[in-house]
Amino acid sequence: MALVTATRRSAQGVPRTARDRRLPDRGAWFLVLPALIPVLVLSVGPLLYGILLAFTDSQSGRTRSTQWIGGLNFQDLLHDTLFWESFRIGLVWAVGVTVPQFLLALGLALLLNEDLRLRGLARALAIIPWAMPEVVVGIMWRLVYNPDAGVLNETLHDLGLGAGRDWLSGLATALPAVIVVGVWAGMPQTTVALLAGLQNTPRELHEAAAVDGAGAWRRFRTVTWPALRPVALAITALNLIWNFNSFALVYVLTSGGPGGRTRLPMLFAYEEAFRYGQFGYAAAMGCVMVAVISVLLALFLVGRLRGGDEA
Amino acid sequence: MRARTSTRVGRYAALLAYLVFLAFPFLWLLSTAFKSPRELGSLHPTWIPRHPTLDNFRQAFDEQPLLHAALNSLLAAVGAAVIAVVIATPLAYVMARHRSALTRAATGWVVVSQAFPLVLVIIPLFLVLKNLRLINSLAGLTLVYVVWALPFALWMLAGYVRAVPAEIEEAAAVDGAGRLRTLVSVVAPLLAPGITATGLFAFVTAWNEFFFALVLLKTPEKQTLPVVLTHFIGAEGVADLGPLAAAAFLATLPSLVVFALIQRRITGGMLTGAVKN
Repeated sequence: MALVTATRRSAQGVPRTARDRRLPDRGAWFLVLPALIPVLVLSVGPLLYGILLAFTDSQSGRTRSTQWIGGLNFQDLLHDTLFWESFRIGLVWAVGVTVPQFLLALGLALLLNEDLRLRGLARALAIIPWAMPEVVVGIMWRLVYNPDAGVLNETLHDLGLGAGRDWLSGLATALPAVIVVGVWAGMPQTTVALLAGLQNTPRELHEAAAVDGAGAWRRFRTVTWPALRPVALAITALNLIWNFNSFALVYVLTSGGPGGRTRLPMLFAYEEAFRYGQFGYAAAMGCVMVAVISVLLALFLVGRLRGGDEA
Repeated sequence: MRARTSTRVGRYAALLAYLVFLAFPFLWLLSTAFKSPRELGSLHPTWIPRHPTLDNFRQAFDEQPLLHAALNSLLAAVGAAVIAVVIATPLAYVMARHRSALTRAATGWVVVSQAFPLVLVIIPLFLVLKNLRLINSLAGLTLVYVVWALPFALWMLAGYVRAVPAEIEEAAAVDGAGRLRTLVSVVAPLLAPGITATGLFAFVTAWNEFFFALVLLKTPEKQTLPVVLTHFIGAEGVADLGPLAAAAFLATLPSLVVFALIQRRITGGMLTGAVKN
């Protein structure tokens, strides 16, 4: 990942001279503590606490003290078909958003890297979805999808593509409709990251390849892509995680409906915890989500890295 | 020559398609915000409102306590941004200049925190804050936002610190400035633009945040703008579209303005922080 390169670089790049002597660890603690304490109390601590909670019968607003119940929550989860259905939807959503997001963002980044007019405007516009509150993105797309006052149905009507429909409450259309919103909302970060990677590719190599008569596709495959690959892998992995954990967009668009067709695992766990008060059970869901996503991510990264060695 | 013109045309067509895709939902939001209820109910909506009106804005303020919610959002976001930057800058400095087990752990945390599933954090966080009597309180929410903004703040700030040549510090040390003195009067001024950009970014993330606010704030008078916006949507998903659009547009303005200010620095920060070799 980018971070790994960064640390490795600082290891090599910074000459280990007077600087290290000037910063003994005792002095460094003084600089580090103000950030360390809140991180431990409100981030690391809760994470560990959350894992412990998964092995208890903790509930909200109960007077009886919380008991250890071992793996009972996980056993229940194993047979909870609603949860696994939600999990399946979450995977479809995460992959369905991440892949088009990457392809579209790559296209846009390649365009923005060219010397085109309107580039400044395009860059500014490309950032807008990033700046907007997720809730507003959800509201905005509700207006687009609105069966009567929405622009989508009206455009389809104008193009003679049949009568419109209620996109967000149709059983078949709800999930694809929210996936489109997810792609739209997540494009900027991906584009910016890929653009940063592109500007890092050796321009001379590109020009040399062009002089040698390599076509655009060939230049992309042999010059651009190898340089872009680490960034592309890192941002795709992050996107997968972020998308799998996303909440606000779908909460505003459909609240998980119709009939649970868009109930992402986050929404499911949220309801379990804060509507039904099942803290322990919801924490167990969180653990399962982390575990499965970690495994999938590891497989993805290992597969990709190995594929790179062969190529 | 011909082939080149055609690829150029193709590129512009593609760019135009992107522009339309990226911009149209926002333009539609704007258009809806200025339409009268009658026009919103008509069968064939148009891009340009036939009879533009400001009623939706007035009605939005009548229906929900938008000003109060905006004030809550402002307090939480400004508080989070200031605290995050104040506590992150020293740590980022150490991370950038100094290698030890601690900085490795901090870097590791920055990465892992990106993968945190919020479900796993929110329940214990809710219990912890409840014990501290910080549920349904803006102070509690602000604290959560601080921690939530830290990874990216550290990431960006460490990049900015690396851009400050270490020789300058050495020169100050040679001139007899102590360590703290060097940091405060030599390094900090050079970092100021980066610190501002990072703070503004933390402000936008906190201003936009929804999930924590939804869980942690219970009473309407404490709620932030994104949570109040969802109240425009009724139980059955029926919404008063005009005021909803008007309020959503207003809530976005601060984020857009701030983002426009720091856009270059954010992308630049990601560059120096992430991929510059």
